[in-house]
Amino acid sequence: MSPSPGLEVTDWSPSAALEAIRARAAMLSRLRGFFAVAGVLEVETPITARSAGSDPALDSLVTCWHGPGYPRGLPLYLQTSPEFPMKRLLAAGLGPIYQICKVFRDGERGRLHHPEFSLLEWYRPGFGYQALMDEVAALVRCVLERPDLRSECITYRGLFRERLGLDPWAAGVSALRERALAAGITGIESTEMDRDGWLDLLLTHCLEPGLGVGRLTFLTDYPPSQAALARLRVDEVPVAERFELYLDGVELANGFQELTDATAQAARFHADQDTRRRQGRVTLPLDECFLAALAAGMPESAGVALGLDRLLMAHLHECHIDAVLAFPVERA
Amino acid sequence: MASYNTSEFKSGLKIMLDGDPYNIVENEFVKPGKGQAFNRVRVRNLKNGRTVEKTFKSGDTVEAADVHDTDMQYLYNDGEHWHFMDPATFEQMTADATVVGDTAKWIKDQDMCKVTLWNGLPLAVEAPNFVVLLITQTDPGLKGDTSGGGGKPATLETGAVVRVPLFVQSGELVRVDTRTGEYVSRAKE
Repeated sequence: MSPSPGLEVTDWSPSAALEAIRARAAMLSRLRGFFAVAGVLEVETPITARSAGSDPALDSLVTCWHGPGYPRGLPLYLQTSPEFPMKRLLAAGLGPIYQICKVFRDGERGRLHHPEFSLLEWYRPGFGYQALMDEVAALVRCVLERPDLRSECITYRGLFRERLGLDPWAAGVSALRERALAAGITGIESTEMDRDGWLDLLLTHCLEPGLGVGRLTFLTDYPPSQAALARLRVDEVPVAERFELYLDGVELANGFQELTDATAQAARFHADQDTRRRQGRVTLPLDECFLAALAAGMPESAGVALGLDRLLMAHLHECHIDAVLAFPVERA
Repeated sequence: MASYNTSEFKSGLKIMLDGDPYNIVENEFVKPGKGQAFNRVRVRNLKNGRTVEKTFKSGDTVEAADVHDTDMQYLYNDGEHWHFMDPATFEQMTADATVVGDTAKWIKDQDMCKVTLWNGLPLAVEAPNFVVLLITQTDPGLKGDTSGGGGKPATLETGAVVRVPLFVQSGELVRVDTRTGEYVSRAKE
């Protein structure tokens, strides 16, 4: 087969330095050591499934399996995250679990993105998301071998109020657009986006570069419209019990106080499907087994997914993901 | 009208923004894990050379700019316009001072130049990387001085002024790097 366009046949060698490949092995070994001490069990779940994640922000890759009962082939979706099968294991009563696996996302490629990447995902039944954040910080300190790395916690609402002078719960689309223009972002003058799109624009362009500078910064308590699979809590305003971890301006992890209510979860699935339809995108089969597991009873848990390629980048002070991948997609 | 989706963005792609043609210099994909993706690009305005940053929502489309480069021979300057010819088709084109810009001080008749066309009309002209030009005026240097340091200004036949070593004299040919405006060596025709 001929190589992809623009690729020389001589590009057979890894894009990562051999040292980076060795550092990855050492990182995985430290991670497994950390969880062995913490008493968290390593598990494996399928990377392909007949259902796909519903998150409107993520697109799945799909493959096709031919076998007994499926002469014309069964579409199998490559996981965007191992979340659903791992929660089924929680519902089955396995206790605290972690998984290190590849996940796949269509359409993503850049300095911090690659269509397949390594994820560490773990769940702690009985933990609140605050306690899980403490464990995330301990794990990152261990992997980076920086025991003195400080951590802080700031709320999504507090960050927007303090740094941009607006309340992300109250500001409408036109106010957010004006704020983006005032911040000097150009090219988006006539772009059509919903409120969350504008909040994402402000977060990525104006706020993220300043998050986690020389420390671990947990951004917590997201707008309910960005709850994903997090539980909601009513404070002054309703908030999603969700957190993201930043280090040196790079998003490393996303965690939730997990939604365990089957009815609420089904409603979110349908809302996601509506969003996808409104955006003119395909709607994919929902994970009925996951909903059934929630209905059977999943223990109250906190869970988090952490991008291992980015963690390795932080460890090695690299700024491009290709520096930690043996063979990026262009030479895969 | 031709257009590009943001997924086609890469450096070197020519796009239209606010009525001007731009070249994409750098394309960065930005996306929160659970949110909207953006393409943050640095683009250079091909009319005035200025570089600016623009953000697009990923998946949006942008009008393509009909811009391409072609090799043309410089014929002459009539006092107001520079005349160029396509050596294959003999088609001639004229460009004014805003298009030719600083390139004017490096080119002379017969030189092959890279002419950037936008909708079929010249947008910019680039001189060859190296040109050989005659020194029309420079102060006499000290005999026997072959050192590289110092040097003196020399006016070339095209009007450009470059620094040359002291041993180089009026009436000699010199080779010049047009990208840096620096003397490279003496030259024979």
